[in-house]
Amino acid sequence: MKSDYLRILLPVMSLTALLAAVFYMQPRTMSYFGLNLLFNLAVPVALATIAQMMILMVNDIDLSIGTFVSFCACVTATFVQSDPLVGYSILLAAILVYAGMGAVIHARGLPAIVVTLGMSFFWAGMAVLVLPSPGGSAPDWLRAIMTTKTPFVPVAIIAPIVIGLCMHYVVKRSSLGVLLRGVGGNEQAIERSGWSVLGLKAIAYGIAGLFGVLAGMALVGLATSADANIALRYTLLSIAGVILGGGEFTGGRVSPIGAVIGALTLTLAASFLSFLHLSSDWQIGAQGAILIAVLALRLVFTRREGLA
Amino acid sequence: MKANHTLLGTEEVPIISLADIGVSFGAVKALTDVKLTIMPGECLGVVGHNGAGKSTLVNVINGRLSPTQGDVCYNGEARTADSRNAQLARNAGIRSVFQELSLCPNLTVLENMRIPYRNMPLRSWRSNAASKVRNALDTIFPGNGIDPYCLVGDLPIAERQMVEIAIAFSRRDIDARLVILDEPTSSLDGAIADQLLNYIKQFCAEGGSIIFISHMLGEIFNVATRIVVMKDGCILTNDDANLFTRDSLVDAMGHVVAVDVVESQQHTAFGDEVLRMENGLHARQGEVVGLAGLAGHGQAEALARCFLERSSDWRTTREPKVVFVAGDRSRDGVMPLWSIMRNLSLQTLVEFSRSLLVDRKAETTLAQEWHRKIAIKTDNLDDSILSLSGGNQQKVLFSRALASSAPIVVMDDPMRGVDVGTKKEVYRMIREEVVKGRTFLWYSTETDEILQCDRVFVFRDGEVAAELSGDAINEENMLRASFDMQEVAQ
Repeated sequence: MKSDYLRILLPVMSLTALLAAVFYMQPRTMSYFGLNLLFNLAVPVALATIAQMMILMVNDIDLSIGTFVSFCACVTATFVQSDPLVGYSILLAAILVYAGMGAVIHARGLPAIVVTLGMSFFWAGMAVLVLPSPGGSAPDWLRAIMTTKTPFVPVAIIAPIVIGLCMHYVVKRSSLGVLLRGVGGNEQAIERSGWSVLGLKAIAYGIAGLFGVLAGMALVGLATSADANIALRYTLLSIAGVILGGGEFTGGRVSPIGAVIGALTLTLAASFLSFLHLSSDWQIGAQGAILIAVLALRLVFTRREGLA
Repeated sequence: MKANHTLLGTEEVPIISLADIGVSFGAVKALTDVKLTIMPGECLGVVGHNGAGKSTLVNVINGRLSPTQGDVCYNGEARTADSRNAQLARNAGIRSVFQELSLCPNLTVLENMRIPYRNMPLRSWRSNAASKVRNALDTIFPGNGIDPYCLVGDLPIAERQMVEIAIAFSRRDIDARLVILDEPTSSLDGAIADQLLNYIKQFCAEGGSIIFISHMLGEIFNVATRIVVMKDGCILTNDDANLFTRDSLVDAMGHVVAVDVVESQQHTAFGDEVLRMENGLHARQGEVVGLAGLAGHGQAEALARCFLERSSDWRTTREPKVVFVAGDRSRDGVMPLWSIMRNLSLQTLVEFSRSLLVDRKAETTLAQEWHRKIAIKTDNLDDSILSLSGGNQQKVLFSRALASSAPIVVMDDPMRGVDVGTKKEVYRMIREEVVKGRTFLWYSTETDEILQCDRVFVFRDGEVAAELSGDAINEENMLRASFDMQEVAQ
């Protein structure tokens, strides 16, 4: 357990450091309203990051999560709003497609990176079909949830904590989570004990699909409308979030709480750079620089750990 | 096909009985006519050299491999062998500890307990698993300090092995009746191994059974009540352990094959020492040095270290110091999409070209020359490499290495799955090259190949256990060195 705590320490420290810097530059963000503004866009990113984490957990990678979230956002802003039954069926079907994708990837021994890259074009195309031009509107209940005024602590803070703790329970504490992480750690050991790796992978992908859908819905709740390209950035953001949160690309080493913190850090980094009055042309590059700095720091830590 | 086995008048049902089991992978026969019955309370020691069929036998018993002929009976119930064997084996209480560790390093000890325990009650399973694994660890290895909440990846390798053994013996819904231990003590130190051996005796006394595979003959004699000697997929001897002595066991393992000794001793004048490694491995110019011992005892690592130390450089030179012949063709040998010629010339592209570009003419000449020299069975060198048989693919890999001017050739068990004819040709080629002053490092799992060498290093547990040369190179000496003859420390 010790190395697990160490693993979560770095993301916590980087988030704290970044938050301190933001508060120092803009003391007014240190308020209910300010925090809500800083973090509300982090909610869909956090959900997408959890989705990505489920896939990385079983030693695969999902390059389609960005377009998938966009597609789900488009469905939410159109069908779910106008024709709920059809809308929810589409979203459910999308989750099943995800689970099926996991099963096919395992059964045929395909590289996940290729399959999901291909699927990303599929979702992008579907999104354009559903919503050819930016528009649509958010279902009222969704809008209401995303803009609730909770006492003392804004939704933007509560939601990530709830997501992180729930998934911590599912992934780290539950019996299913053990098997799923086991697939990432040593697939053969799982198979030898008579479990169906195929089924477990389908479950992991299905959960990822569910979180992709939730991310799309949360995004529409915040933005009130959708666009086929609304969440393209999420693919890379989610991967970066998982890694920033102490996860690894292989070996089933992931941390849901870390992943949520990683997502918050990345969103905050964007605000931090705007407060620096950095031209938006440079922001993506600067975000990348922050990412590299944190990962380099982690490498130093893990090296030291390895030597000890 | 009911196995009737009565033991001293008591009617006991065998935990498993194998009747005329045969397993073949394509044309290769891994097991032939194996008959084996294991009664409760027995500890069966299994010994045999590489490729004797030990792992295949284990996989048939634990149901992961369906035999191509014969019947497997669990608990005396006759069933035809089918794909549900793994489940039947589990229900019969058969569990295995595999040679290569099969724990998930990213999970904690108690979480690893969860994986084989299929019907674990969900309610407060963590504390449940923790106490079960704790109990098992304390019973088998008293005084260990392993924390069930610790990540397996953070544990040293010996403790991982202890955890794996403890999980195999732990109490679950179906208790362990037959536990298969494949080299269980390979990374345990003497005192811990003794704890395990004592527990095995206790386990058998309480009516459980063990299949114990080990290269430590001392351990086999210590615990086994019956010893099975395997060779070439057959059970050679299956007898009470008291009937064996160390010498008779070694004799039983190796029946000396009459190899037509190639005129190997004609060349005895070796040059200077060209290679010396930390572990004592050394070679002189013009020498064929064999690396022997049981598979996985550090030979491949020694070869890799030797190769990488001499070839890892930023730039490719025109005078390579060392070349490599792969044994695992698909992993580090052939380029499956390339033609025979491209595969053959890969090593020497830089050596034979004058400029930055590939010299296609030299490439063709080279390929044709080797085609003639070692008789690769093909009409067209532009055909895909996969159109060749395994033996011929291996010939291409040999010519790839031999075409180069490198003075040292490293061979990682290069004759896997190669027919006898090709082997003879390769022996001849190696002899020719040796005369020209080349040095060969040859790791092989087959005794008759090792007998071709001028000097042999036998590996055990990652270290050189013996150095043999001249007439001392024989199967008996190799077996003695590969199997630990020491008495287990009491």
